[in-house]
Amino acid sequence: MTATTEVSDTPVIKPGGAKEVRRAFSSRTASILIIVLTILWTIPTFGVFVTSFRPGHDVANSGWWEFFVHPKATWENYHTVLFVGGSGVTGGIIPYLVNSLVITIPATLISLTIAAMAAYCIAWIRFRGSDSIFFFIFALQVVPLQMSLIPLQRFYNLGAHIGTVPIFPALHLGQHHPIVQIWISHTMFALPLAVFLLHNFIAQLPRDLMEAARVDGANHFRIFRTIVLPLITPALASFAIFEFLWVWNDLLVALTFGGYNVKSTPVTARLQQMIGQYGANWQLLTAGAFVAIIIPLIVFFALQRFFVRGLLAGSVKG
Amino acid sequence: MSVLASSGIVTASTFSDSASKLGNVIEVVAVFFAVILIIFFAAGRATGRLQRPLAILVFLGPAIVLLLIGLVIPAIRTFYLSLHGADLVGAKYVGLKNYTWAFTNPTEQQVLLNTLLWLIVAPVVSTALGLLIAVGVDRMKRQNLVKSLIFMPMAISFVGAGIIWKYVYDKAPDGLLTAIVTALGWKHPPLWILSHPLNNFLLMVIMIWIQTGFAMVVLSAAIKAVPDDIIEAARVDGAHGSRLFFSVQIPMIRSTLIVVLTTVMIATLKIFDIIKAVTGGNFGTNVLANDMWNQTFVQFNVGRGSALAVIIFVAVAPLLAYNIVQLRKERATR
Repeated sequence: MTATTEVSDTPVIKPGGAKEVRRAFSSRTASILIIVLTILWTIPTFGVFVTSFRPGHDVANSGWWEFFVHPKATWENYHTVLFVGGSGVTGGIIPYLVNSLVITIPATLISLTIAAMAAYCIAWIRFRGSDSIFFFIFALQVVPLQMSLIPLQRFYNLGAHIGTVPIFPALHLGQHHPIVQIWISHTMFALPLAVFLLHNFIAQLPRDLMEAARVDGANHFRIFRTIVLPLITPALASFAIFEFLWVWNDLLVALTFGGYNVKSTPVTARLQQMIGQYGANWQLLTAGAFVAIIIPLIVFFALQRFFVRGLLAGSVKG
Repeated sequence: MSVLASSGIVTASTFSDSASKLGNVIEVVAVFFAVILIIFFAAGRATGRLQRPLAILVFLGPAIVLLLIGLVIPAIRTFYLSLHGADLVGAKYVGLKNYTWAFTNPTEQQVLLNTLLWLIVAPVVSTALGLLIAVGVDRMKRQNLVKSLIFMPMAISFVGAGIIWKYVYDKAPDGLLTAIVTALGWKHPPLWILSHPLNNFLLMVIMIWIQTGFAMVVLSAAIKAVPDDIIEAARVDGAHGSRLFFSVQIPMIRSTLIVVLTTVMIATLKIFDIIKAVTGGNFGTNVLANDMWNQTFVQFNVGRGSALAVIIFVAVAPLLAYNIVQLRKERATR
């Protein structure tokens, strides 16, 4: 953000600066420290990965590292979790994975679109009070989501009133379309951070470009569609990753507005439910946990090349 | 045989069900974008004095409405409820009683102390580790592998993290930590999750495990963006090695460091899922956000829960104010 001024003075960025820092830390100890940290960071997840392939009897009686002494592996756990259920659980986890996708994809795209529009407006259609609105939206990050749940629930069911005068009708979505409630709620909660990050990116687009388009007679809608959106793709992609991960991993919003049912419950909530039902069958839980982790990991690895680029030009310059 | 056949039928119906659900999603997304495009087209036809206000309305309107309903009104309502008694509807005005309760009740004092500890330890450690890795990983081979592995916990849900860390903190034979200290000669290690105040730090480790990846990604982007001639100038002036790092590079990425610290701090203040999944707030590990949930949804004391929410807001207010001052400067220079 400050970088707008600084970088325009020094438009050429050579990679030499980073090199000097590298030299400062080029001691062998730094590398070793990082390798140790990486291993420490990975071991807990790796342990669950190993556990998910062990037979139930082994899991109950020995730590997962014993696997390397007495290797005994099976696909049974995954088969049970995905297709069968077992131990008092009916049905596999696949419908819940689909629910997670059904919740996550629209929630991510809708919040991203609305946030990008708002960010463009704050950055390039300046008006009295646009600064204040920007800071206000930034500050909303701190409102604890838990406190919004009851008012929102009431709003969906009863609409909005001033006194007895209705100003917004009740939506009555809970019965048949709980997922729509979940989409709207996730969009609301994602907006403060999304508007903030995208604004920082959009505000840095070259002023000349915008003015040239205005002179050519393009209106704001045209500029937004044909100039801004293509240029901010990396930022959109990097925020899309974050938003996808948050929504996919969310438990609270999905439970509050969807409850437990095979129509709308996402995989996180199913997993939490299974902790109660599977009880001692931890081999099944670990397999379930891994199934739930796999899709966000795929999304992350598929989009990660955008990630650094998007954040680089975004909020985070020194 | 029949079992196989029936499981085949179940799988087939699951499949067609899933396909139709995903089809609906594509429809919904297509309709959403179509509506936006139509609105853009219609509003774009306006000319003259109407043009600007209409553009502002279309671009900013949806976000403002959603934020008002989802966050602003609930926040105001929370403040109002924090000055009232336990019930959701029709509670009496009690003044600052809920706040005095929060600051004088011994259990709540423990909660506040824990939250304070969390706020100091978790953001600072994750930012420091993130910075260390961001700087150090640059010259390593396979840096993408290292970065991905460090970032991986960000992609794991708190429910998943709860299951993962059970295998670290559990008692024998499951817990890795127990196994390691036993192997090192500690005959009867305690039950980690029950040992107060150690358990607070063990829970913080989980948060640090999740947030370090975030700090690393953002900081490594910032370090790469520092203009080269500044480094050159410092080198000509005789700054080298760690001195160059601490007196040139760190100040250059200062505002990024602050953004990262703020973001992690806000996430820490709202931390809820980790506590809920691992200890449920028992054994002296409760923090504000979790207690707020308990007061509101378990004890059904909405007034107290709301007061705790307001305390959370006030706690980060100075940090937010500082960030806003910085932002204001930056927006002014544009």
